[in-house]
Amino acid sequence: MIVFILKRIGFMLITMVVVSVLLFILLEIDIEGVAIMVLGPYSSEEQRNIWLQQNGYLDPLYQRYFRWLGNFVTGDFGESIRFKTPVSEILWPRLWNTAILGFWVFAVMIPVSLILGILSGMNEGSKLDRSISVTSIITTSVPEFASAVFLSTIFVFWWKLLPGTSSMADGFNFRELMLPVMVLVIYDFGYVARMTRASMAEVMTTHYIRTAVLKGLPYHKVILKHALRNALIAPFTVIMLQINWLLSGVIVVEFAFAYKGFGALLLEASLTSDIFMIEACAMVAVFVAVATQTIADVGYTYLNPRIRFS
Amino acid sequence: MVNSTTATLPAQTTGAAFLRALKSFALIRESWVGMFGAALILFWVLVAIFAPLLAPHEPNATVLAYQRPIWWPGVVVPEGSPTFLLGTDHVGRDILSRIIYGSQTVLIYAPLATFCAYAVGILMGLAAGYYRGWMDDLLSRIADIILSFPVLVLYVIIIATFGASPVNIVVAIIFASSPGIMRIVRGLVLDLRNRDYVAAAQTRGESSWRIMLVEILPNARGPLIVDACLRLGYVIITIGVLGFLGLGMPPPDPDWGGMVNETRQIALAFPHMTLFPCIAISSLILGFNLLADGLREISLRD
Repeated sequence: MIVFILKRIGFMLITMVVVSVLLFILLEIDIEGVAIMVLGPYSSEEQRNIWLQQNGYLDPLYQRYFRWLGNFVTGDFGESIRFKTPVSEILWPRLWNTAILGFWVFAVMIPVSLILGILSGMNEGSKLDRSISVTSIITTSVPEFASAVFLSTIFVFWWKLLPGTSSMADGFNFRELMLPVMVLVIYDFGYVARMTRASMAEVMTTHYIRTAVLKGLPYHKVILKHALRNALIAPFTVIMLQINWLLSGVIVVEFAFAYKGFGALLLEASLTSDIFMIEACAMVAVFVAVATQTIADVGYTYLNPRIRFS
Repeated sequence: MVNSTTATLPAQTTGAAFLRALKSFALIRESWVGMFGAALILFWVLVAIFAPLLAPHEPNATVLAYQRPIWWPGVVVPEGSPTFLLGTDHVGRDILSRIIYGSQTVLIYAPLATFCAYAVGILMGLAAGYYRGWMDDLLSRIADIILSFPVLVLYVIIIATFGASPVNIVVAIIFASSPGIMRIVRGLVLDLRNRDYVAAAQTRGESSWRIMLVEILPNARGPLIVDACLRLGYVIITIGVLGFLGLGMPPPDPDWGGMVNETRQIALAFPHMTLFPCIAISSLILGFNLLADGLREISLRD
């Protein structure tokens, strides 16, 4: 088990290093371009050369990469071109805002999707099962930006119930959080519900469930004590991996509702060629994605006794 | 004698495979969900083909009747020009016509990108699953690394670095989705490569690529067709999302995601500008997802 965990963490580190090399090559191999991005298109040739010299950009590529990596690991992400402040000053508060958004999305999505998935997996092929699976197909067919449009037309334009933007200009406001959370839950719950359903349906056909029913256990006991424990292993992995999807989703939702989060920051940085900000955001995103994958893998092995004891 | 049999064999098998494929498509009649999805797709394909006949206005022409660009849906403008059935956008372009022409953009680039991604993914998956060994390790590790990226982060970085153009969008989609296809194909090949007909082909001395493409690939088509339908839906979402984020097809030609992006600032005053393109894109994606569900249901039944 420990060897397995170490292997997974090793793979995670290798992935991060490979990604960082690719990112560095993609964004910083053209030093002329870097200088233009930092100093602006109207800087003179001379100014750019001085800047390149002062910041060590004339060293060989591998030296620059290792210096960059060293700074990165110690939390020095460089200075944002657009905001003229250290990247970390902007990045961490934005990431915290996204974490709040993500927390509420999961707090709503997990109970809803698990309950729906279990109910439809318990009686496969029933009317409830059919309607839940069709509903989940419909909700996953509507892209996040489209459901953002639909929901704001209904709640903001027609009913005038909720604010249309979520910039949190006057401090934290729960009402402003509701639409972004709704959009992300609607897009994501269908997939988790279907995975839970498949897992539950599979467990319901096993011999130990049949035995439990035949030996006269009350039905709710069969479900709660025997079926759920095994059926919830797969959804655990799916939910952890959903964080990767959520990182994509927050870009759209934060842009749509002007929420000051991490996804919007990455998009703005990309649109304004704020390269040090792009690098920091991309590495954070990949770290979160790879770390959750590792936790999902390790957790799955731990939860599944068939693998744990083999 | 030997020559003639080997010459006729491929023709027979491809003919039979084609007939079987047709039959499995005909089975879609048995699933009303699948039928409904197919009907939605067919509707948009017909709209895209007959766009010049259907569109009441020029998609990029601005109509400034009474010096006023924005019209609500259903307004009849005098002077003999047709009604703006779905209203006009912020610069006075007919939304219905732009949606009709926008279907061409989606239905050209989404299948193109998916097809290219499949070509790359299938070749990688066949090579990884059939040769095993270092080739498998290398390709699988590359796929793992690309797939560990949050998809949209990957798209945003690629498009922002290389610029938004149809070619770059297609290339980014190929780059981001072929590893997923590769994994599926690899899994199928690992299962199929031990079958007797593969051993027979190896004994006949057929080349590896011939075995992969002629013996193995056609037998892996079932799951791949279902996956292709789902993936087309995702690619349409991707193109729409990129357009919405301002990284999509360059203006002024209509693109559903781009239409939402251009008008979203005033959407809370004039929701029709964003509402109708969103209905259009959602219905097309729904078509592909329902078709995939129907196909899966039928394949499970046999």
